[in-house]
Amino acid sequence: MAQKKFVVGCFDDEKVLFPAVKQVRTAGYKIKDVYTPFPVHGLDHALGMRETSLHTAGFIYGITGTTTAISCISWIFTKDWPLNIGGKPHFALPAWIPIIFELTVLFAAVGMVLTFLYLCQLAPGVKKHHFHKRATDDLFVMVIECTEKTNADDLKALLNSNGAVESEIQVAEDGWWFGTYDTENDNLYKQVAH
Amino acid sequence: MHLKYESQLREPLVYGNKTYAQVTEDIVRPIEAKPSRLWYIGFFIAVTLLSFGAYSVYREVTYGIGQWNLNKTIGWGWDITNFVWWVGIGHAGTLISAVLLLFRQGWRTGVNRAAEAMTIFAVMCAGQFPIFHMGRVWMAFFVMPYPNSRGPLWVNFNSPLLWDVFAISTYFTVSLLFWYSGLLPDFATVRDRAKTALRKKLYGIAAFGWTGSTKHWQRHESLSLVLAGLSTPLVLSVHTIVSFDFATSVIPGWHTTIFPPYFVAGAIFSGFAMVQTLLLIVRKVFGLTDYITIGHIDLMNKVIVLTGSIVGIAYLTELFMGWYSQNKYEGYTFWYSRAYLFSPYGWSYWGMMACNVLSPQIFWSKKMRRNVFVTFFMSIIVNIGMWFERFVIIVTSLYRDYLPSSWSVYYSPSIWEIGFYVGTFGLFFTCFFLFAKYFPVIAVAEIKYVLKRSGESYKPEFDAIEAQPLDSFVHDHAHH
Repeated sequence: MAQKKFVVGCFDDEKVLFPAVKQVRTAGYKIKDVYTPFPVHGLDHALGMRETSLHTAGFIYGITGTTTAISCISWIFTKDWPLNIGGKPHFALPAWIPIIFELTVLFAAVGMVLTFLYLCQLAPGVKKHHFHKRATDDLFVMVIECTEKTNADDLKALLNSNGAVESEIQVAEDGWWFGTYDTENDNLYKQVAH
Repeated sequence: MHLKYESQLREPLVYGNKTYAQVTEDIVRPIEAKPSRLWYIGFFIAVTLLSFGAYSVYREVTYGIGQWNLNKTIGWGWDITNFVWWVGIGHAGTLISAVLLLFRQGWRTGVNRAAEAMTIFAVMCAGQFPIFHMGRVWMAFFVMPYPNSRGPLWVNFNSPLLWDVFAISTYFTVSLLFWYSGLLPDFATVRDRAKTALRKKLYGIAAFGWTGSTKHWQRHESLSLVLAGLSTPLVLSVHTIVSFDFATSVIPGWHTTIFPPYFVAGAIFSGFAMVQTLLLIVRKVFGLTDYITIGHIDLMNKVIVLTGSIVGIAYLTELFMGWYSQNKYEGYTFWYSRAYLFSPYGWSYWGMMACNVLSPQIFWSKKMRRNVFVTFFMSIIVNIGMWFERFVIIVTSLYRDYLPSSWSVYYSPSIWEIGFYVGTFGLFFTCFFLFAKYFPVIAVAEIKYVLKRSGESYKPEFDAIEAQPLDSFVHDHAHH
């Protein structure tokens, strides 16, 4: 994966961040991402992101669990081994409700978490470039990817005039790789550059 | 629609003049500091208890269930009592993290992390009892439905005991996922502050490479909300199913339709009490009184008095039905085996009544709800009471059944039965001590999220906003 050039602006208050996002977008720049220490409500809309469909995936996983439970139990109790339990019906749907419900929840939860991790490309040992260490502490870090047309210094000036407390230009790897955080960034970069 | 800020009429959720950086510092500092002497002492005691429990279990596995004093009618004794007790304790964590999230209760943020951890550890403890009660524990995997070489002979899907297997394992899995997905951003915070290479490496692995990207947060919010939506009926179903273990039988005292709601209320009751016990210690030891405030304690005590009273009404309803049904077995169980003080186990019934129904009524007083010492004392009393409740339900229904010739002798536990129970305390506290040392005990990101809406130093800013006329107030400060 290639290394790219980014302009990074850090804000220390979400009240300053929102107008800045608007200004930067109005000026025609495409914001790559804003890294925040906590979920800032409305920021996704301000950045023009679409809604996530994760909950729809959760619903699909849920009904998969429901049908798995119903089909397995009914096949086992009516076809594979119809056990006579006190002369009661083999197809005893009311008695299966608890397990059907539990499997619905289990499939939905496990499926959603795995999907979430996949979509966000998160896993144990995954390492991504951090534009600013304090993005998980107290700074809102806006990152704009430079194209050949971008004048990085103009952009920095725009960020500063909109209340950024820090701004800088970084050349960094955009994706993710396996590694641990005890290794120095430079080493990893050299490996990636090859 | 919810407000962007919280009214001045509400107590602040975070005291003191905090910034985002200060919040991180306050909560993460205990992780980075060397554990105190007290921590080592506590941890050592917990591991000692755990070892005794491990030896007790070793005795039971090697020599069989005969190591316990279960007898011909009391086939479930301390083991299942402890199982139900621990599962019940777990429920408060899910209630705080899931139900209060759905109800948009901001105060959950201070206490949810520790409460969810408590849930997971409590369910781990609970699971030990039915597993080792099987006797031949190496065949425990027989409870899972899988194609096998015995027919295949399947498990009985119509049995409440199998429902329990599914309920408890689902509950454990979902709670763990919920807890860990909430921990990811906080582990990233610890990772990015870490000074030593080892800490960087370990928290780096634990944080899964979290960066705080807006898109990730958006998905994270969606995930949390749906997991909360799933956990809410789940937590109700789990204790409902535990109560089905009893309610679907034809034993007097167990065969009642009141059991599911009554068990769920009791579970929340005991769980909140355990949350109080743990958090009162945590907030003091780690200096987190600004985040786990007296206001939090007050609110949890309100839940305790509510659920304690629900449980009380359930006890009285049972007594009433014991008489009203005019069924002599029901009447005997409720009015002799339980409610008659001088019957063999009458002491446990009245112990339960005193601890669960009478003593929590003290929390109608605001002064008492906000008193740390009273709360700590009561939290222990409530958990003793809830242990008695399960003991009463199990033992007083079993020791004298329909046929007087098969009535059993007085049941008192053997040292290895007690040891097993003590061992689960060891397991619970060993886990909790490790959690308190190595994990952020308060959800850092969530505190930051509420900080500027309900932090003490930010609240005065809302005076001007609250003075606005209603129309412009709604226009400016509520969003859909």
